[in-house]
Amino acid sequence: MTTYTLPDEIRKIRSHYCPGCGHGILHRLVAELVNELDITEKVIAIAPVGCAVIAYDYWKFDVSEAAHGRAPAVATGIKRSLPDKVVFTYQGDGDLLAIGLSEIVHAANRGEKISVFFVNNNVYGMTGGQMAPTTLSGQKTLTTPYGRNETEIGPPIDILKILQDFKNVVYLARGTVTSPKEINKTKEYMRKSLQIQMDNKGFSLIEILSPCPTYWGMTAINALKHINETVVKNYPLGIIKDE
Amino acid sequence: MNDKILLCGNEAIAEAAVQAGCLFYYGYPITPQNEISAYMSKRMPEVNGVFIQSESEIAAINMTFGTSTTGKRTMTSSSSPGISLKMEGVSYMASCELPVVVINVMRVGPGLGNITPSQSDYFQATKGGGHGDYHVIVLAPASVQECADLTQTAFELADKYRIPVFLLLDGIQGQMREPVLIGKPNNINSYDKTWCLTGAENREPNVVKSLYLNDNESEAHQEKLQNKYKLITSNEQRAELYKTESAQILIIAYGTPSRICKPVVDKYRKKGIKIGLFRPVSLWPFPKDELKKLDLSVEEYLVVEWSAGQMIEDVKLTVGSRKPVNFLGVLGGRPMTVKEVEDKVETIIAKHGVHI
Ligand code: SF4
Repeated sequence: MTTYTLPDEIRKIRSHYCPGCGHGILHRLVAELVNELDITEKVIAIAPVGCAVIAYDYWKFDVSEAAHGRAPAVATGIKRSLPDKVVFTYQGDGDLLAIGLSEIVHAANRGEKISVFFVNNNVYGMTGGQMAPTTLSGQKTLTTPYGRNETEIGPPIDILKILQDFKNVVYLARGTVTSPKEINKTKEYMRKSLQIQMDNKGFSLIEILSPCPTYWGMTAINALKHINETVVKNYPLGIIKDE
Repeated sequence: MNDKILLCGNEAIAEAAVQAGCLFYYGYPITPQNEISAYMSKRMPEVNGVFIQSESEIAAINMTFGTSTTGKRTMTSSSSPGISLKMEGVSYMASCELPVVVINVMRVGPGLGNITPSQSDYFQATKGGGHGDYHVIVLAPASVQECADLTQTAFELADKYRIPVFLLLDGIQGQMREPVLIGKPNNINSYDKTWCLTGAENREPNVVKSLYLNDNESEAHQEKLQNKYKLITSNEQRAELYKTESAQILIIAYGTPSRICKPVVDKYRKKGIKIGLFRPVSLWPFPKDELKKLDLSVEEYLVVEWSAGQMIEDVKLTVGSRKPVNFLGVLGGRPMTVKEVEDKVETIIAKHGVHI
């Protein structure tokens, strides 16, 4: 039998996330990995603008804020200055794919030796549930009250498809948090991403399909079902690139 | 380096930065400051430094943000339209109290304006520029030598106060070549770096942030910033006083226009006219204490700027409205002539007859 305990790298404070939100699980996975890889004293994280903006309140290691979408540029500046540290960004879909598309694409193309944990929940959470670049076709949000219309707004964007042919991108995978099994798979993708960085191999990005029950207008359980039944059809799970 | 070398202002800035221990330069191409990134792209590999031509001005300033959090000296440079783009990052860095040196080799604005020299970013630099209640220190060189010296001062002040420092110059200084001696400061590592992100080894974790969601904490943070600005205002005013002894006409100009005004001062002093030049070197904090001291003898002020009149507002705030504050401005990036300044001085003298 496995006993799960909270790692020292996560602070034991009350969560500000909504019930059923994926961020809590992912914050914990990050903290577990930092603990297991024994990098607590050499990790530097960059928190995004979005629901996870105060990730530094939960994590017990060095963290920087970044302006909306700029985390990969901030990470570049940190990693280039301290190449022996382990640097990762934790970003949402509005942050990474809308306002920060330029920063992520160019950091990936340069092959910055950073890890990117990209939390895709198809919506802007913190600002009240607006359409994100990842919002599914037909999905209703605060700013797509009639559903996302592909002919006017275009279909949802897949960052892994954009990055997969980049020469300096070495590892791309997509996981989810809908079951203990999927959580463990996701954790292994994230572990590999950090390991690749520690081995100085290049850029890697792990996308995680994560529930936002609040702005999907669903119960926590139905949000997980929605990922398994619908979201994965737009965003297939698995390792996309491993070189 | 113990010998003078012939460099343009942009190159002098770049080498002075390297000598001041800046090993991380990030920048995006824009005229008229391209010599800086060209120089850095060659120089950084020689000193094991980092040069990145970033994908955007926004990325460049945010790369300096990252490097600055680690406690290392870093710089970016641009010209007016590019500086507008950097302002988001500057506002964040001001609030996060991150040291950085930002070079603005000004060209004409608004919009794409013109690539020729201008001083029309004075408001943007000295009054904030980005969002929020903040200031950056702004230094304005008037020669290639001063481009080098003030770059090194900028790094010192940035570290001392944990604040972004701007060097505000115009395209002429950026491009003009003059002999310059580049110094090597020796107090590079004497600043507190316990706040930096280096991995939490044998210490509590550090966080760099500008977000304070608790009202009390937010107010305390803003007050802390304001107290720092007050301290800088009282400690860091800089100005050059040129033939200002009992000056009745006081010309006020910074950067290249100040050099156009100097021969005018010389000419009229020879004629027995009591005229002098007050050259602000720090534009923020504006050197109001020194300027106030000169007020006693002055009968008329003349502000000379390559803009529609921006610094003149700080002059008026300093000297009040008891004496005339005249203005001579040139717009659109056309170089100002000595003759234009002389003509303006003549009109002031004529008003007073033989009295001045
Ligand atoms: S709004 Fe959505 S993403 Fe944000 S905390 Fe709530 S459930 Fe999570």
